[in-house]
Amino acid sequence: MSKTSLDELPAEGGRGNGPLLDVDNLHVEFATRAGVVRAVNGVSYSLNPGETVAVLGESGSGKSVTAQAIMGILDVPPARIPQGEVRFHGTDLLKLSEEARTQVRGQRIAMIFQDALSALNPVFTVGWQISEMFRVHRGMSKRDGMKKAVELMDKVRIPAAKQRVNDYPHQFSGGMRQRIMIAMAIALDPEVLIADEPTTALDVTVQAQIMELLAELQRESNMGMILITHDLGVVADVADKIAVMYAGRIVENASVHDIYKAPAHPYTKGLLESIPRVDLKGHELYAIKGLPPNLLDMPTGCAFHPRCPYRQDDCVTDAPPLYEIGGTRNSACHYWREVLDGDQG
Amino acid sequence: MGRYIIRRLIQAIPVLLGATLFIFAIVFALPGDPVEALAGEKRLDPNIVAIIRDQYHLNDPLLLQYWYYISGVFLHGDFGKTFAGVSVSQLMAGKIQVTLNLALVALVMEAVIGVVLGLWAALRRGRATDTAILASTLLLISVPTLVTGFVLQLWLGVWLKQTVGFEVFPIAGATQGLKSYLLPGFVLAGTSIAYLTRLTRTSLVETLRSDYIRTATAKGLSRRRVVGRHGLRNALIPMVTYLGADLGALMGGAVITETIFNLPGIGLQLYQGVYLREQPIVVGIVTILVLVYIVANLVVDMLYAVLDPRIRYE
Repeated sequence: MSKTSLDELPAEGGRGNGPLLDVDNLHVEFATRAGVVRAVNGVSYSLNPGETVAVLGESGSGKSVTAQAIMGILDVPPARIPQGEVRFHGTDLLKLSEEARTQVRGQRIAMIFQDALSALNPVFTVGWQISEMFRVHRGMSKRDGMKKAVELMDKVRIPAAKQRVNDYPHQFSGGMRQRIMIAMAIALDPEVLIADEPTTALDVTVQAQIMELLAELQRESNMGMILITHDLGVVADVADKIAVMYAGRIVENASVHDIYKAPAHPYTKGLLESIPRVDLKGHELYAIKGLPPNLLDMPTGCAFHPRCPYRQDDCVTDAPPLYEIGGTRNSACHYWREVLDGDQG
Repeated sequence: MGRYIIRRLIQAIPVLLGATLFIFAIVFALPGDPVEALAGEKRLDPNIVAIIRDQYHLNDPLLLQYWYYISGVFLHGDFGKTFAGVSVSQLMAGKIQVTLNLALVALVMEAVIGVVLGLWAALRRGRATDTAILASTLLLISVPTLVTGFVLQLWLGVWLKQTVGFEVFPIAGATQGLKSYLLPGFVLAGTSIAYLTRLTRTSLVETLRSDYIRTATAKGLSRRRVVGRHGLRNALIPMVTYLGADLGALMGGAVITETIFNLPGIGLQLYQGVYLREQPIVVGIVTILVLVYIVANLVVDMLYAVLDPRIRYE
């Protein structure tokens, strides 16, 4: 079983013409006792080298599941991918053999997770865990692997890396642990880095440092980054494009600039308005009314209609397609013009 | 670490004293007279009875008797004499080896079979293999050792020998080296195998749900490495605990197995000791068992620190 379509992938550095990573109409569903949960319903986005796409959404919007589908780390079953493609350099990863996917994972597409304490193995030293990448994928000796681990720990600016390489994850602070996760993820110079809420478990000052580090590493290596977050504040500085997800769909897709200037979907607008602002101190903070829908019992028509201030009668019956707006952005709202103009419906 | 070990050993002293006093008192309270038991049907001369009773301090109060005994054990390493005048230390010396062999054979069987079956079930969770393994462990747990012992003795010992024409598994005695211990070892390990299988399965299934397993997969490691290295290493902690504590239980459980397979170990000796009201034998053996238990537990606690770096002893 040596012939895999992985051979069609260009070698590292040899980038094709199309996007680096192209998620196309991806669907993911989970078989549960209560029925089939459609966690991801036709999500598409693309990523170019050196670019950062932020995937924004509440818990349960399907943003992490999409990322796990790209990585191929969903538990199948209960998860199932009934349709869609994840093209990496033009090759659909979902059609690759498990063996070929293992070659892509970690080496060419890497991922960092939310809670570094539970995401790192408690019984191995951090040096062991980082050097494992070199030992397993590059056939390095223990010693050389450890040397590489120290280099990487230096690179992600862990103080006294040489002394700390034999420490265990629980001996580090939260920020340092996330740096170790990052060191492990960038060990083999991946072309795509997926960061699944990398700063959620950290306090605010540390959050900024970690985001800065990620941006810097990205500039150096020109890797594409998918940043999954529910924090609009984190996104503004680092992302190029934003994909806003709601109930398993992308509801708005635009450049950071456009979205912050004028959102074209009521949900995005709600999110932006619910960011605390210094100049509005003393005013009540805006909150989107209601709760995210139950994925087992989705509203008819537009999934956001029960919470939407722009709702019209057809929203209840017709699910809006992803309308193109001026060629560069999309919105899944029948009334995107009104939203763009800021007219409260 | 060194100080921790010393502290644990000091803590073991009251446990040892308590356990031996308890057993001593129980044998003391048993109905029947040891000197009369010694003579069987015959009536003994009251003078001789009086001499024996005096010699073995049988007329002294319980605590004083206990003191004579326990001071002998700890100060002179002397476990006393049986009523027939044989030194208990000498009596136990050869028999401990037999029981230890039996318990170790059982422990190895338990570890190997239990872990393999548990792993297999965990990796096939929810499928037919898993269900079959779980069902058979339940069967093994529900059937008493007494039954599995005699049934296997009959099938794998007697019946198999008659069918194939030569002895595959010896059914009695400890004269054929390791071979003599295979069948009794398996019988002794039976329920433990079942429990360890279940524990391994649960522990591994739980571990494989962890975030760090997802990380290991995301690192592009093979399934084999993810489960075998990242998963098993974490799942091992409860398994080692159980195995360590079980060594003591296996030595205690040897009483039944040794009786069935007529192995001359301390289990069989203990049974005879209770039967004949031979206080020194019973208490001596229990003391040894308690010691084994304490040491096994200490080793387990030491292993914790090796297996889980988050645990440190001051």
